[in-house]
Amino acid sequence: MLIAFTLNGAPVSFEIDPAERLLDVLRYRLGLTGTKEGCGEGECGACTVYLDDLPVNACLVLAWQVRGRRVGTVEAIDPAILGPLLEHGATQCGACTPGVVMTACWIRRHVEVLETHTLRELLAGNLCRCTGYDGIVEGVAGMIREAERGAREA
Amino acid sequence: MHRREGLAKLTGRERYVDDLALDGCLWGATVRSPAPRGRITAIRFGPDVDWSQFVIVDHRDLPGPNEVLLIERDQPVLAAGYVRHVHEPVLLLAHPSREVVRRAVRAVEVVVAPDPAVLDFRTPPRAEQIQYGPDNVMKRLRIEKGDVERALARAPVVVEGVYQTGAQEHVYLETQGMAAWLEGDVLVVTGSLQCPYYVLAALKHALGRDETRVRVIQAATGGGFGGKEEFPSHIALHAALLALEAGRPVKLVYDRGEDMAATTKRHPARIRHRTGVARDGRLLAQDIEVVLDGGAYVTLSPVVLSRAIIHAAGPYACEHVRIDGRAVFTNAVPFGAFRGFGAPQTQFANERHMDVVARTLALDPAELRRINLIRDGDTTATGQVIRDGADRVAVLQRALEVSNYRVRREEHAAFNARHRFRRRGMGLATFFHGAGFTGGGEVRLESRAQVAGLPDGRVEVRTANVEMGQGTLTAFAQIVAARLGLSPDEVLIAPADTTRVPNSGPTVASRTVMVVGRLLELAADDLRRRLGLDAAATGERVVAAIRDRGRGHGREIVGEASYRPPPGVAWDDGAYRGDAYGAFAWAAYVAEVEVDLRTWATRVTDFVAVQEVGRVLNPTLARGQVQGGVAQGIGWALMEECQWKDGAMANARLTNYIIPTADDLPPIRVEFLEHPYPHGAQGAKGIGELPIDGPAPAVVNAVAAATGTDPRDIPLTPERLMALAC
Amino acid sequence: MRVLLPESLPEALALLSREGAAVPIAGGTDLLVHWPGAFAAHDRTYLDLSSLETLRAVHWTEGELVLGGLTTYWDVVQDREIGAEFPLLVEAARQVGAIQIQARGTWAGNIVNASPAADGVPVLMAYDAVVVLEAAGGRAEVPLDRFYRGYRETVRRPDQLVVAIRLPRRRYDVQVFAKVGQRRAQAIAKVGLAITHSPAGWRVVAASVAPTVRRCPALERLLRDGVAVGAPADLLPAIERDVSPIDDLRSTAEYRRQVMARLLYHELRERCGWP
Repeated sequence: MLIAFTLNGAPVSFEIDPAERLLDVLRYRLGLTGTKEGCGEGECGACTVYLDDLPVNACLVLAWQVRGRRVGTVEAIDPAILGPLLEHGATQCGACTPGVVMTACWIRRHVEVLETHTLRELLAGNLCRCTGYDGIVEGVAGMIREAERGAREA
Repeated sequence: MHRREGLAKLTGRERYVDDLALDGCLWGATVRSPAPRGRITAIRFGPDVDWSQFVIVDHRDLPGPNEVLLIERDQPVLAAGYVRHVHEPVLLLAHPSREVVRRAVRAVEVVVAPDPAVLDFRTPPRAEQIQYGPDNVMKRLRIEKGDVERALARAPVVVEGVYQTGAQEHVYLETQGMAAWLEGDVLVVTGSLQCPYYVLAALKHALGRDETRVRVIQAATGGGFGGKEEFPSHIALHAALLALEAGRPVKLVYDRGEDMAATTKRHPARIRHRTGVARDGRLLAQDIEVVLDGGAYVTLSPVVLSRAIIHAAGPYACEHVRIDGRAVFTNAVPFGAFRGFGAPQTQFANERHMDVVARTLALDPAELRRINLIRDGDTTATGQVIRDGADRVAVLQRALEVSNYRVRREEHAAFNARHRFRRRGMGLATFFHGAGFTGGGEVRLESRAQVAGLPDGRVEVRTANVEMGQGTLTAFAQIVAARLGLSPDEVLIAPADTTRVPNSGPTVASRTVMVVGRLLELAADDLRRRLGLDAAATGERVVAAIRDRGRGHGREIVGEASYRPPPGVAWDDGAYRGDAYGAFAWAAYVAEVEVDLRTWATRVTDFVAVQEVGRVLNPTLARGQVQGGVAQGIGWALMEECQWKDGAMANARLTNYIIPTADDLPPIRVEFLEHPYPHGAQGAKGIGELPIDGPAPAVVNAVAAATGTDPRDIPLTPERLMALAC
Repeated sequence: MRVLLPESLPEALALLSREGAAVPIAGGTDLLVHWPGAFAAHDRTYLDLSSLETLRAVHWTEGELVLGGLTTYWDVVQDREIGAEFPLLVEAARQVGAIQIQARGTWAGNIVNASPAADGVPVLMAYDAVVVLEAAGGRAEVPLDRFYRGYRETVRRPDQLVVAIRLPRRRYDVQVFAKVGQRRAQAIAKVGLAITHSPAGWRVVAASVAPTVRRCPALERLLRDGVAVGAPADLLPAIERDVSPIDDLRSTAEYRRQVMARLLYHELRERCGWP
C-alpha cells in the first residue's frame, strides 16, 4: 500500500507491505538506521521516535498508522545541543543512545513536564545496560540548563 | 577527554552490524533443538513452504571439523544427530526476505527421541544422566593453604552457610549478530564481538581455511559484558556457512527472544562456607566449596571456575584456607563469560557470609572486615604476597565516611522503630578483583600491539582490542598521545580487522587498559627508538621524524611491543599456588535500602562505591564503568531471574526478565583512591569487572539489616523475601 | 494482511458490521508486541482508527467525565482537571509503561484488550466507569464491572466499537491505587488494586489476581459493614472469596494474596480505625 507522511520535516511517500512496522520502514526502506531495535516489544526504548511531537516506540507502530502525520528521528536532531550528554558520559556502547537522545531532546523542549515528573521517571522507558543511568540523567539536566541559559541570553 | 566515538553514537551515525547495507544480502535464521537431550530422529520440512527458494545448511556442510574451537572441542557448530540442550543449533536457513525466513524456521520440525537430561546442577546425577567423565564434573580445582581441618577444630567459633546465585542474562542492548560474505577467495566476517582473533581461530578451524582466506572485522558493538567473548564464534560460523553455501552475503542477527533463550549467561552457583573465627573476629580458617552449573558444553567454565575460587576467600588475611571448586555438566543452555567471570558469585557468598559471621559474633560488620582486610605483606588464598602499597583499610574507611555509615545506621534504627511497614538498612561489602588473565594466562596469550607512524605524520594504534562501550578507543588514544606528547586527535585507531592489527589478545578480564595499554606505551617507545629519537622526544619532534621517514621511504614505520610479565610474578598451575594476578583492584561498597513490608519490595536509596584501581586515566569513563557495573549488580541482586522450564529459559523477553530502569536506581556515588600500579598504562589497573562483584552482597546485607532476615540466595525477589519474613 | 482505513466514525462502524473479523487498532501497544514473529496476527484484517480524531477528546458534563474512545494515557496525565477530580486516572496512567507507551496507548484499548493485569481498567472500574459501545445498528452502554465474561473475553460484539468511557462525578473520600511490579517503572502488575469510597459506597477492584480485572464484593461488604479487622491476615478470607490468584512467570499465588491483604490493610487502616 502507498503511504505518505512527513519525515523530519519533509514529505515522503512510498509503497509498503501492510505488515511493516514504522521501525522496519525507517531502518530497511529508508536507511535511517539511527533508530535501533532493542527488544521489539516496547520495553527498551531504543527505537524511540517522535510521532506528532510525542516520543513513541517505533517497534509498536505499524507504518500505515503514521499516514498524514509527522515523524521525527534521531537523524534530525541538532548535534550542537548534545554536548552535555558527552560531557557526563551518557553514552557507552551506544545501542540505547539514539532512543535516549530522542527522549532527552523531548524533555528539553517540554521542560514544563518536570513540574510533575522527575527526569528518572521520564527516562524509565529507555533501558541502558552500560551507564547505570547517572551519566544520562546528569547529561539531560545539563542540556536543560544550557537551553535555559541560551534562552536567557537570547 | 570526551569519548571519541561519542558524537557518532549520540547522533545515531555509528553503524552496528544490523545497520550495514549489504548488496544482495540474504537473511539467515537458525533452527534449534526443542529438547534438552536426545537423538535427532527426523528433521521434517513443512509442506507449505517452497524450500527450493532457501539456502539450507546442516552439519554435513562443514568443510572442516564440526567443532567450535575453544578450551575443549566438545561443542559442535551444528548438532550432528544428537542434542545436549534446548535451542542447540541444528539447521541454518537463508532467504532474501527476513519475514519469509522467520516463518520458515517455524515450518521445520526437529524430532528428538529424548534421553534423561540433567536439569539441576545441585543434585548428583543418576547413572543414566552421566554425560561427561565418570560423574558429570567438567573441571575440579582446589586451593589449599595451611591446615584447614586442624584450624577449624581449634577455632572457638565455627560459622557455616550455604549461598546460591542465579543465572544472569547480559542484556547488551544490541543483540548478537554477524554478517559474512566472500571477497574473491577471502571469507569476510563482521559483527558484534569482543575478540576478533577468537572468531578468526574458530573460523579457520571449522572451515578448514588459513588466515589468508579468512578476515574478521569488528563492527560497532553495542555492549558485550562477556556475552560477546566466546559466543560470537558460533554466529560467525553460522553466517559464514550460509554465505559460503549461498555465494552471497548473509546477515544473521538474533532478535531479543532468540538472544535471551539461546546464548550464554552467568553461571549459577552454590557455595558452602565453613569458617573458623576467634571471638574478636579474626578469621582462623576458611573452608569453601564452590559448585558452578556449566551447562551442556565446556565453553569457558574451567576458567570461570578458576577465577571463582581464587576470589572465593575475599580480600582477607587468613592462614588456613581450602577452596574446592567444581564445574558440572548439565543439559542447560551453556553458561559462559559474564563480567566478573565467577568472582561475583563467590564474593557474594563470602561477603554475605561475613555479615553472618558478624551477626554470630555480635560484631559490627565494618569492624569485622577492618580486622581481617589484607595488610601489605599478608597473603591471599593462593599464597600471593600482597605488597602493592594500596591501603585497603583506607578504602573501607572512605566508604564508611562517604556513606555516613554510622550516623545513618542510628537514624535507620530510629526510623524502623517508628514506621509501620517501611524498614531501612545499610549493607557493606569489601572485595577485590584480579586484573588480566589468571596465572600464566597473559604469557600464553603472547599479546602484541603496535603504534605506527604513517607517512603523513600521524600515528596509528593497532590492537585487536575493541570498543564495546567501555571506552577503549578513548583510553588508547589518550595513552599513546600522552606517551608521545601528542594531542589525542592526532592519534588514529585502526579498526579491529585481523588483516590490519596484531593479536593483542581478547577484550576481556579487565586487561585492555592495564595490559594492552601498557603494551602501547612500550610500542610508542619502540616507535621513537626506530625513528632514532631519544626517550625525551615528544610532540612536534616525533611528528617531524615520522614525516621525514615517510618522505624518505614513502611508507609507515611501526613500533611494536610484546607482552612480558612483570618481574617476580610466579604461578604454579599444578598446585594452584602463587601470584594469580599481577595486580588486584580493591573496593568497599555501601548500599542503603528501604524495604516495604507490604510488598517486600526493596528499593536501593543510596549507593557508595569506593575503589582503588591504580591511576584513573579518564574520570568520566572510569566512573561510568563503576556505575554501570553497580547497576548490573543491583539488578542481579534483586530482580534479574532466569526462570527455567524443561531446560529452556521461560522468561526470555524483556517484559519478563526485568533489569533496572533509571527510576529503579539511586545516584551511584563513586570515589577513587589512586595508587599507581607500575606495570599498567600510566599506573592504571583493571577496572571493568570489579564493580559487579560488590553490589549484590552490599544490597542483600542491607536488606538483612533492615528486615532482620537472613537471605542466602539471589535474586532476592519480593517473593523470596516474603518467604523469609513470614 | 488487510487494512481498512475509514475516514469517519459512521464509515468505521459500517466497515465493522460488514467485516466481522476486523480488529480495530488504536495505539497498537498491545497488538504489536513481538510483531515480527506474530504470524497469525499478520494474516488478519485491521480497522484503523487513527483518522477518527473526534474520538480523542475528553468532555465534562455536570454529572460526568467522558473519555473518548481514542483518549490516550498521556492525554490524561497532562490534564490537570482530571488530576484534580479523578487522581487515580493520572496515577494509573503514569504507571503504564513509560512515556513512549503512554503517548500511544488508549484507555479504550486497555479495556478491550482484556488483560487481567491491565493498569487502566482497575481505576476506571473503581470510578464506576460505563463503556459506551457503538455499532452501525445502535449504541449500547455496559458498566465496566460487567464487561468481562472470562479470561480475555468481553461482551463486546465484533461490530461494536468503544467510542467513549463515562465516569460519574462523585465526592470521593477514599481514592487509592497501588500497583506492584517487579520494578518501580515499566513493569507488568503482579498485583493491582484500586479502592474508592463515595456516597455510592465502597469499590475494591483487583488486577492480576483473577482471570479478569474484577470488583471484590466480599471485601466491599466487609468495608461497608465495618467488620473489625485486627491484622492483614483478617482480610484473607474475604480475599479468598473474591479472587483466585495463580503462580505464573511473574509471581506466586501466595505472594499475590499476602500483598493484597497487606496493601488493603495499610491503605485503609486509618480510615477504618483498624489497629
